[in-house]
Amino acid sequence: MQTRLADFIRDTDDGREADRILRTCVHCGFCLATCPTYQILGDELDSPRGRIYLMKQLFEGASITHKTLKHLDRCLTCRNCETTCPSGVEYGKLIDLGRKHAERKAARPLSEQIKRRALAKFLPQENLFGGALKLGRMVKPFLPQTLAGKVPANPSHPDKGELGGISPSARHPRKMLVLAGCVQPALAPQINVAAARVLDAIGISLIEADNAGCCGAVSFHLNFQEEGLDAMRRNIDAWWPHIEAGAEAIVMTASGCGVTVKEYGHQLRHDTRYAEKAAKISALTCDMSEVLLNEEAALRGWLSGRGALEGKRVCFHAPCTLQHGQKITGVVEALLTVAGHTVLPISEPHLCCGSAGTYSLLESEISTQLRDRKLGHLSAAQPEVITSANIGCLTHLQSGTGIPVRHWIELL
Amino acid sequence: MISPDIIRRLQAILPPHCLLIAQEDVKPFETDGLTAFHSTPDVVALPETEDQVKAIIALCRETQTPIVFRGAGTGVSGGALPVDGAVLLAMTKFNRILSIDPLARIARVQPGVRNLAISEAAAPFSLYYAPDPSSQIACTIGGNVAENSGGVHCLKYGLTVHNILSVRVLTIDGEELVIGSEALDAPGYDLLALLTGSEGMLAVTLEISVKLLPKPERTQVVLAAFDEVEKGGAAVGAIISGGVLPAGLEMMDKLAIEAAEAYSHAGYPLDAEAILLVEVDGTQEEVSEDVMRVREILLASGATDIRTAKDEAEQKKFWAGRKAAFPAVGRLAPDYYCMDGTIPRKALPAVLKRMAELSTEYALPVANVFHAGDGNLHPLILYDANQPGEWEKAERFGADILEMCVAHGGSITGEHGVGIEKISQMCVQFGNAELQAFHGIKACFDPDGLLNPGKAVPTLHRCAEYGAMHVRSGNLPFPELPRF
Ligand SMILES: Cc1cc2nc3c(=O)[nH]c(=O)nc-3n(C[C@H](O)[C@H](O)[C@H](O)COP(=O)(O)OP(=O)(O)OC[C@H]3O[C@@H](n4cnc5c(N)ncnc54)[C@H](O)[C@@H]3O)c2cc1C
Ligand code: SF4
Ligand code: SF4
Repeated sequence: MQTRLADFIRDTDDGREADRILRTCVHCGFCLATCPTYQILGDELDSPRGRIYLMKQLFEGASITHKTLKHLDRCLTCRNCETTCPSGVEYGKLIDLGRKHAERKAARPLSEQIKRRALAKFLPQENLFGGALKLGRMVKPFLPQTLAGKVPANPSHPDKGELGGISPSARHPRKMLVLAGCVQPALAPQINVAAARVLDAIGISLIEADNAGCCGAVSFHLNFQEEGLDAMRRNIDAWWPHIEAGAEAIVMTASGCGVTVKEYGHQLRHDTRYAEKAAKISALTCDMSEVLLNEEAALRGWLSGRGALEGKRVCFHAPCTLQHGQKITGVVEALLTVAGHTVLPISEPHLCCGSAGTYSLLESEISTQLRDRKLGHLSAAQPEVITSANIGCLTHLQSGTGIPVRHWIELL
Repeated sequence: MISPDIIRRLQAILPPHCLLIAQEDVKPFETDGLTAFHSTPDVVALPETEDQVKAIIALCRETQTPIVFRGAGTGVSGGALPVDGAVLLAMTKFNRILSIDPLARIARVQPGVRNLAISEAAAPFSLYYAPDPSSQIACTIGGNVAENSGGVHCLKYGLTVHNILSVRVLTIDGEELVIGSEALDAPGYDLLALLTGSEGMLAVTLEISVKLLPKPERTQVVLAAFDEVEKGGAAVGAIISGGVLPAGLEMMDKLAIEAAEAYSHAGYPLDAEAILLVEVDGTQEEVSEDVMRVREILLASGATDIRTAKDEAEQKKFWAGRKAAFPAVGRLAPDYYCMDGTIPRKALPAVLKRMAELSTEYALPVANVFHAGDGNLHPLILYDANQPGEWEKAERFGADILEMCVAHGGSITGEHGVGIEKISQMCVQFGNAELQAFHGIKACFDPDGLLNPGKAVPTLHRCAEYGAMHVRSGNLPFPELPRF
């Protein structure tokens, strides 16, 4: 598409990047078809192509208001449009730039500012969030239903004893780092325990770095981009000594964090102190499924030695951050099958469940519609267990169904 | 500009989220799949109910306000390009499949339903909707009817017009008409054929009944590589005259292959000058026989490599690359201008040769994608809209291609429609008497010329100017002249 970027941005790093991406869009409209918000709202302005045009206007110097911001906010950042786009438009990078500059030009209503500020402060801090969650669970019976649905139940579940609640000690010479994350330890500590046990069984010890915390996604996507970048730098500092000591990889058990850490290299590319380390960290980052895919022989050996577990009928909801963000498809399904489960096909597997980080809290109406649409497809397959690969999706889906929703690693 | 009074009355008809007025909101609707043309709409209406559509139509008629309809905005002839002083009426919120009758093999759908969504919904019954424009993932069935869209499978199964049974439309008089019926034929003139391809100039479509076909027992796709485009072109003729009617017969040249492969990883041979994709379908035996026959012909025509898709997944990949070929070309250049001429199949080698010469003369690369089976060319002229003068050059190049098609006994549009883009070439294609007949038909439906004014059929005056000056530049000659 033709572009005429305005003076305020043309010769900046952001401007060059935005122009490059805008110019790859040929306005064909293919992406409308798989965009969740367009599916629901049917308005070009809530489609990828429409948002790209809104951003083009912004960068070309048009005056904009909170309305443009609203359409950008309503984007789930699921990046389904990237998977669909034949022309290779890097929408994810563009929307980060669009949000940053839109917020500079158009003021957000104060109430929204406060809400977003509070989330960005609160969620990334494990102890704050964990404390509040305990409180929430205590008062849950007294909360109105809409709010109560957002407070997830205690992570303990029937299999907990069998899976074990304690991580194995770091006994193997092969070591990998694991990101604890911010909300996951409070919501579902068993996920990382399960990951550690599986890797321990195939000869790899998972270790956590002190001082590592939120991957930065929460603040970054709420448009407190500087705070997000600080979180990234802090994690790099926390991981670096372990990398130097020989940790092979940084394992992600939440695909939302995974996609963010894999982009540290891009986000910090202009930071002379961190650029190189960030690129290295990104290169070493793997989703849990990728690690197991690489260790498939060992995994099969362990599974066959262990003897058959009872195979379950499961559905897998591939988080957007896994299938569109990290372009990992079919791997988890294959691993679940290797472990003896039956993975049932679902319709619209490409579509977002509406969780999308803080989206479910900020745009709850669209989020709930998408959740129910997804749960409709999932339950139509009549699974015993629904599995997914990201903490946000897990809790969001569980809030709307009685079928147990679990991280796939817990089923291995 | 539209008057504030009309805006106020529109506000009374539509809730706020269905009416876009602010500049920042309406600008993204200024263009469709043909980005070289743009015009900011005064107002965009996104109605949710038929009553709202009716009220808007009544208001526009009363106030003599023009209307331009819009589907998904994937059109590549500027059919949905806004017109000054008009309401842009987008039908995208009408996206429900109303019913599927698997026994009668009929689907009733709203106009904003995506083409592919119909086949997806029919799949559990082993049925599908045959016309499959490359844009089928996104384009709406309402747009397909308006453009009489075709696709890969139209060689065997026909265009949109052959695959719809009836439409329910609303005229500018506010009259609701059902045209066509679920029976095989209807008495009187074939108005359904008239409405199909009318580019939003006769009425707005509210509902469409489409034919569904049973999925063939088996399909197979053969990919053949050639070291010369002309050999590929000759093979196309040989296949058809050899007595095989493929379900799809498509050709791509080197540049198109490169772009499509980069997106789809379909495994296309990157060293080939051209590839042919041949799909045959039918019963097990028919397909086996046809595949053998096609392979023989391809070999005899000088194919350097022949592959048969090993499974359904690979068949899908072969087609995914082809269907994404236009936008994938966006990887090679910032902009492309997609042409849509048709020619008799035998003229293909000569036309290709001349096109290559023109490409050198204009210094603009051209990637070629063809519905080769029906002689429908889609040359994609690559250019850079940010460079002054490049679009004008691309447009002149395009006009040369279209006029060459007419000179070879072909036509200026195979399936993308005339819209605003090819309005001048209509003067080359048709004589005055024919154009007058078109105007007569238009006047029967829309005497005040309120629906999509200035599109598809040029005024005689305009043609006279065009013939006299033969001006072919980016700006329309004498834009002030009435075009309807
Ligand atoms: C990458 C790409 C590939 C393509 N491949 C093909 C192809 O293989 N074959 C092919 O035939 N076309 C193809 N096209 C062109 C385009 O997709 C078709 O013309 C399609 O039918 C347009 O549908 P739409 O919903 O996008 O309509 P729009 O572009 O929004 O509108 C097209 C016309 O339809 C009218 N219209 C829309 N809805 C209604 C309604 N409800 N009532 C009355 N009028 C209405 C509009 O006024 C306009 O004149 C391609 C386009 C692109 C971008
Ligand atoms: S699919 Fe890609 S090129 Fe086409 S409109 Fe969407 S972003 Fe642009
Ligand atoms: S990221 Fe998702 S929600 Fe946002 S525009 Fe792309 S497809 Fe739509």
